[in-house]
Amino acid sequence: MEFRVTREVLADAVAWTARSLPPRPSVPVLAGILLEVDGSQLSVSGFDYEVSARAEVDVQAAESGRVLVPGRLLAEITRALPPHPVDIRAEGPRLSITCGNARFSLPTLPVEDYPSLPAMPSSAGVVDSDVFAEAVGQVAVAAGRDDTLPMLTGVRLEIEDDRVTLAATDRYRLAVREFAWRPETPGISAAVLVPARTLADAARTLTSGPEITVSLSSGGSGEGILGLSGKDRQTTTRLLDAEFVKYRAIMPSESSASATLPVVQFTDAAKRVALVAERGTPLRCEFTPGQVTLRAGGSDDEGQAEERCDVEFDGDPLTIGFNPTFLLDGLAAVHTGRARMDFTSPLKPAVLSGVEEPAADDADGGRPAERPGSYRYLIMPVRLPG
Amino acid sequence: MLHLDLDAFFAAVEQRDKPSLRGRPVVVGGTGGRGVVATASYEARAYGARSAMSTAEARRRCPPGTAFLGGRFGAYRRTSEVVMGLLRELSPLVEQVSIDEAYVDLAAGERSDPSVDGVTALARDLKARIAEATGGVTGSVGIGSSKLMAKIASDLDKPDGLVVVAPGTELDVLHPLPVTRLGGVGPATAERLRQVGVGTVAQLAAKSLPDLVALAGRAHGGGLYQLARAEDDRPVVAEREAKSVSQEETFERDLTDLAQLNRLVDAMAARVGGRLRASALSGRTVTVKLRRYDFTTMTRSQTLPQPTDDARQVASIARRLLAEAGTGGGLRLLGVGVSGLSQYAQGDLFSGEDAAEEVEDAADESPAVPEPPADRRWWPGQDVVHDELGAGWVWGRGLGRVTVRFEGPLTPPGPVRTLAADDPALHPGDPPDWRPTTMGA
Repeated sequence: MEFRVTREVLADAVAWTARSLPPRPSVPVLAGILLEVDGSQLSVSGFDYEVSARAEVDVQAAESGRVLVPGRLLAEITRALPPHPVDIRAEGPRLSITCGNARFSLPTLPVEDYPSLPAMPSSAGVVDSDVFAEAVGQVAVAAGRDDTLPMLTGVRLEIEDDRVTLAATDRYRLAVREFAWRPETPGISAAVLVPARTLADAARTLTSGPEITVSLSSGGSGEGILGLSGKDRQTTTRLLDAEFVKYRAIMPSESSASATLPVVQFTDAAKRVALVAERGTPLRCEFTPGQVTLRAGGSDDEGQAEERCDVEFDGDPLTIGFNPTFLLDGLAAVHTGRARMDFTSPLKPAVLSGVEEPAADDADGGRPAERPGSYRYLIMPVRLPG
Repeated sequence: MLHLDLDAFFAAVEQRDKPSLRGRPVVVGGTGGRGVVATASYEARAYGARSAMSTAEARRRCPPGTAFLGGRFGAYRRTSEVVMGLLRELSPLVEQVSIDEAYVDLAAGERSDPSVDGVTALARDLKARIAEATGGVTGSVGIGSSKLMAKIASDLDKPDGLVVVAPGTELDVLHPLPVTRLGGVGPATAERLRQVGVGTVAQLAAKSLPDLVALAGRAHGGGLYQLARAEDDRPVVAEREAKSVSQEETFERDLTDLAQLNRLVDAMAARVGGRLRASALSGRTVTVKLRRYDFTTMTRSQTLPQPTDDARQVASIARRLLAEAGTGGGLRLLGVGVSGLSQYAQGDLFSGEDAAEEVEDAADESPAVPEPPADRRWWPGQDVVHDELGAGWVWGRGLGRVTVRFEGPLTPPGPVRTLAADDPALHPGDPPDWRPTTMGA
C-alpha cells in the first residue's frame, strides 16, 4: 500500500473515524483504524461491534492494500502534521508516514484479525442534513445517561410515510420533534430505538453534504442496525433492543395557562438566578399577568436570588418549580426568538415549544407561519415545599 | 459524659431467657456453615471465642455443650429499648450508638452533681436499675470529661464495670494504654504507628503534629494528635435530624425465595414512599440492607440523578440492588431505605397516580410466607410454644426431629424433649417477657 494525500483531508477523515473508537477496547484490534486503498480511493474505518464509521478520501495511489494501525496514535499524528502533502507507505509490518521533514514509522496490528464492518442496510429515505442535525440535537438532550435503563438512553425514531418523529426522555423531561423527509418507498412505517449519544454525534458531524441517507435493517431479534450516510462518510450503529415508553399518552392535550416568553432574556435571567440553586434545588417561577418572577435558594445558609422578566401570561397566577438544568436545556433547544410554555398545574408537566414569528414581508399579517416541523419539550416540575 | 456498653449483650439476653444456659458458654451468631460470631458470652470468651470469628472456629475452641444460637433480634431490641429509656431518665441528651451502646451528656440532666462521688453514685444506681429492669443484663459504665474518656473508662473494667476518670487525671489514664484503644486506630494505622515505634498513647503524644499528618494524612493525623492529648469536644447528639427514611424486617428464618423477597421489597418501598410523602420529603439515595444466614450484614445503594418519593421507583431500584447483592443461602433481615433527603421532589413523567396506588394496595396485604419443609422451620435459639408442654426454645434440629428445652426467663432450668419436626402442636413463639408481672400491652 502506498499513496499520497493532502494533510487536511487525511486529518479530518482520521479524526472523524477515531471519535467512535472504543476507549477500552475488548480486543486489541478494535483500537485500530483500518486504512484501505483501492484505485484512487482511501477508506478510513473503525468498528467496535456497536458502531462503525467509514470515511472516504481521494488519494494519489501508487499501490492498493490494507493496513490496520493504532487509531488514537494515528489521529494524534495526523492532527499534528505540518501543512504539506502526506506520503503513506506500508513497509513490512510497519507503516511509514512522511510529511515535509517529519517522518513516522508505526507498528501495525494484525489486519486479518479485524472484523468486517457491517454491510450498509438498504436505504429507507433521505433527509436534509441540517434538518436532521437540528432535530437530533433538540431531542437527544432529553435522553438519559443512566445505563441501567437502556430504554432511556435511546432516541426513538418513528417513520410514518413522509414524516419522521424523534423522541427521547430521561423520565424528567421528554423532547419530541417531527420533520419531513423523502422516503424510499411511499407509505413506509417503522420505529426503532437508537443510542442517543451515537446518533447525536453522527448527526452533528454528517453535515458536510446537503443530505443524509437513512438506512435501516431490523433483523428481528435485536440484530437491527441503523446506517447514516452523508458525503464521503457513513456510520452504522446497533439499535437498542428495548421498548420505548408510550410517550404520546403523557403529552398533555389541553392547558389551563400559558406564557409566551422572550427566550434570550428569560434564559439569561434563569441562568443568573440558578447560580444560587444548589444541586437538586429548584428554580421557582411565579407567573402573573405580564411577568414572571424567578427565585432560587432561600434557607438561611444558602444564597438567595430573584429576578423579574416580562412575559405574556394568560391564565390564573401560577407558581411552579423546575430543575434549572432541565429548563435551560429546553430553552436552548427551541431555536426560536420567543417560546411558549403551557401549564396544567404546578405538579403536571409543562410543555415548552417554539413560537414562529410571521416573516417580516408576510403581507397577510399576524398569523404565525407554518413551521416545517414541530418541537415540544415536556418538563416535569419539581414539587416545591410547603 | 457517661458511656454505657452492655456486656456481651446478645448472649446476656439469651442467658436471661434460657435459664439452662446461665453460667455456660453461649455463642450467638450465624449457625450455618459459614456463619460468623456476633457475640460470645464471657464463659465462651474464656475458651477463646470472639466476635467476628467464624462460627466453625468458635466450635473448635469451645467445649461440648456450648450453645450456638441464631439471633433473636426482636428480643434484643425490646431489652435495649428498656435500657435506653432508663438513660433518658438521666438526661435528655442520649446518643444511641448501637443496640447495646450509648453516650449520655449528664450535664444536660437535672440531677447534676458533677463531683466524682456524685457521678459514681449515679452510675451505681443506674447499673442496679438496668439489671433489675432487664432481668439481669449488666453493663459497663465509664464516666469522663469527654466522649473519648467515657468510652475508654467503660472499657477499663469489663464486664459489669464502673470507672470514673476524675477531671485532671485524663492523661494518667490514657497514656499507658495501647494506641489501639483510641477510636479510629484500626489494624492498619496501628501497624504504621508500630513501625515508627509508637505502641502506647504516651508514645503517640510524643510525636509532633507534622509527623502524624505525614503518617496518617491530614484529617486522621490531626485527630490522633488531639486524641493523644485527651482533646475531644464532640458533643452528644440526641436526635439527629432525619437523615434517612427506612424500613427493615427481621425474619424468623432465612428467606431464600427471590420472588417472595421482591414482594417484601415492594411492601417496604411502599411504606418508605408513604412516609416520605407524609413528611413532604424525597431522597436521592436508595439503600438495601441485608443480613445473610451467616450474620454478615451488608448494604448496597444507588444514588439517583434526582430526588424521588415514588414508591415504585424506590422498589424497582431496591429489587435490582437486592438481585445484584445476591440472596444465596438465605436472608435473615431485609431493609429498604432512602437517604440524601431534601424538601424538593423532582416529579417523574411516568409515575402516574394509578401506579402509586397499585403499590400501596400491595403493601396492605403482607406477602404470604409459604411453609418451608418441616425441619427447616426451626433454628437454634428460636422461641417456640408447644400446646401441651408450654413455651421453650429450640436446642437443635435435624433428621426430621427438633430438640426443644422447655423453660423461660422466670422458670428454673427446664426439661429437654425431642419432638417430630412436623409435630402439629409445636409453633414458633414470641420472645418471652422477662418481667415478673405483665406490664400492660
